[in-house]
Amino acid sequence: MAKSDIVMRIRRTILTPATHCLSIPMPRTGCKNPFVCRFASRASVSGRVGQQKISHEEIFSDSGYFPPDLISLCFPQSFITGMCGIVGLYIKNPELEPVLGQLLGSMMLQMAERGPDSSGFALYHNPADRNAVKVTLQGDVHTDWDEITRQLTEGLDFSVTLIPVATHAVVILDCDAGTAVRHVKDRVGNVHINSVGNLIEIYKETGSPDQVIGTFDLRSQHGTHALGHTRMATESAVTTEHSHPFNTGHDLCLVHNGSLSNHNRLRERLKGEGIRFTTDNDSEVAAGYLTWKLEQGATLNEAMEEALVDLDGFYTFAIGTRDGFAVLRDPIACKPAVIAETEDWVAMSSEYRAIAQLPGNQQARIWEPEPATIYLWERN
Amino acid sequence: MEFDLSVQTVRNLNAFLHDQGSSDSRVTVNNSAGRHNVAVGAVHPCRIEINGHVGYYCAGMNQHADILVRGNAGPGLAENMMSGTVRVTGNASQYCAATTHGGLVVVEGNAAARCGISMKGVDIVVGGSIGHMSAFMAQSGRLVVCGDAGNALGDSIYEARIYVRGRIAGLGTDCVEKPMLDEHGKELERLLESAGMQYPADEFRRYGSARRLYNFDVDNAGAY
Repeated sequence: MAKSDIVMRIRRTILTPATHCLSIPMPRTGCKNPFVCRFASRASVSGRVGQQKISHEEIFSDSGYFPPDLISLCFPQSFITGMCGIVGLYIKNPELEPVLGQLLGSMMLQMAERGPDSSGFALYHNPADRNAVKVTLQGDVHTDWDEITRQLTEGLDFSVTLIPVATHAVVILDCDAGTAVRHVKDRVGNVHINSVGNLIEIYKETGSPDQVIGTFDLRSQHGTHALGHTRMATESAVTTEHSHPFNTGHDLCLVHNGSLSNHNRLRERLKGEGIRFTTDNDSEVAAGYLTWKLEQGATLNEAMEEALVDLDGFYTFAIGTRDGFAVLRDPIACKPAVIAETEDWVAMSSEYRAIAQLPGNQQARIWEPEPATIYLWERN
Repeated sequence: MEFDLSVQTVRNLNAFLHDQGSSDSRVTVNNSAGRHNVAVGAVHPCRIEINGHVGYYCAGMNQHADILVRGNAGPGLAENMMSGTVRVTGNASQYCAATTHGGLVVVEGNAAARCGISMKGVDIVVGGSIGHMSAFMAQSGRLVVCGDAGNALGDSIYEARIYVRGRIAGLGTDCVEKPMLDEHGKELERLLESAGMQYPADEFRRYGSARRLYNFDVDNAGAY
């Protein structure tokens, strides 16, 4: 796409002390540099990129600092940084495990305004047998799961069980993870592998959180911990594949609020290391980076410490692990995050109002995670 | 007057605060549950008590009202306030009192990054610590921190004055420690007293602009 195909109009709104709003239309632009508008409280962008109409508004005033992601306006299919909402819930009191899905769904709905494009969640429950592996497949409304079951099971010397869940399916294979992934890829070409692990299942779709929660019946799901994401697409297209969470390794996943500025270069580097990517999404690069570090033998803690050095951009990550979850913010920490803990649960979210849905929230210890600091909860 | 935000909307509340005149001098807000924009644009003298945590932009653009939040506040507390007071009994998230022109903001707990960024005359008293990049480009007003301060405190500061009792992770460009004269001690005592903080003024150190970034020459005024 030629640069002339990109037409943008940026409008900066200044909220003056007397509460009058003054809107200043900025020049048509493919802006090359981030710029400082010291008194801006609200910025909106509307226009088109090729044939795609876009509009976006973000209120930010931390420093009157216009996000460097505006650079991305120069590139096709790019967009200025958005919001996205992330939530994580880790159950400490087993009595709450049956209502994990109910609680996570309520949290995600509170984050609907931050991410109306797509939603997704990762659940940790129903462990596969010790010598088996669980794979979540993502199809679409036309996917014939009976046919895929036949393709996966024909002439096999190990057991395969497929359980359809709307457009997705959970497949349990009595083999190791590597064999399972090769087997699925060899036999089934037109479905995407969302997750691989012993406990993890990832469900995600385009559409509002309400729709996605309903489609996959999140509210009736039980489990020990879960992550959720509501997406406002900024760096790449609105498709199911671009949605979060991203699987980062065996029983690991990542949800992201923010935008990475070095994802293209890092993606090429990681491809050279053998990491495979299915989208041009920046968050998938963060997931791929952690996968690569973990494959090299780093602990999750070490991988996150190295991510602080190698990932450039804005991020709040919530990372699901087999036994818990982790939270990491970049050193600038302009993307919000709040953590709360009670005797019964630990929760993180982009905003407190998601945590306000949880039982006993008024007794919770609540704090904002420090920049460039790793927070990790794991079961003993 | 009482507002229950589990039943009424934030817009109901704010419209009342914009229109009420001085007839109702006490407003109680319950079930705030982290909602955004609670008590924004209050323009009349009154006492507003919010029972619970609030989300983004609470008490923004306040004029004259005395606002108490019994809980934590999300990003952008008291942003662009002109006058009045705002007190938070818990913590405040990032860019608390950004661009704020006047009045007093008290955070009894900690304030996160970018506290008082581009402050333009407000007094801010934080009972705990503040995060990085606080008082960036602070133009006037006073920032009092009873705990510690994060990195790059007072970067590119103009004429605001900063008092810190605890440790500072790092000063920003052109921000330096300055002598604590009698006038500063008295000013600080008044600020601590109005915020209800029980610390002796002589435990604090003062920071401000070294004025090395002041390059404006009146002879060049025509160029602007």
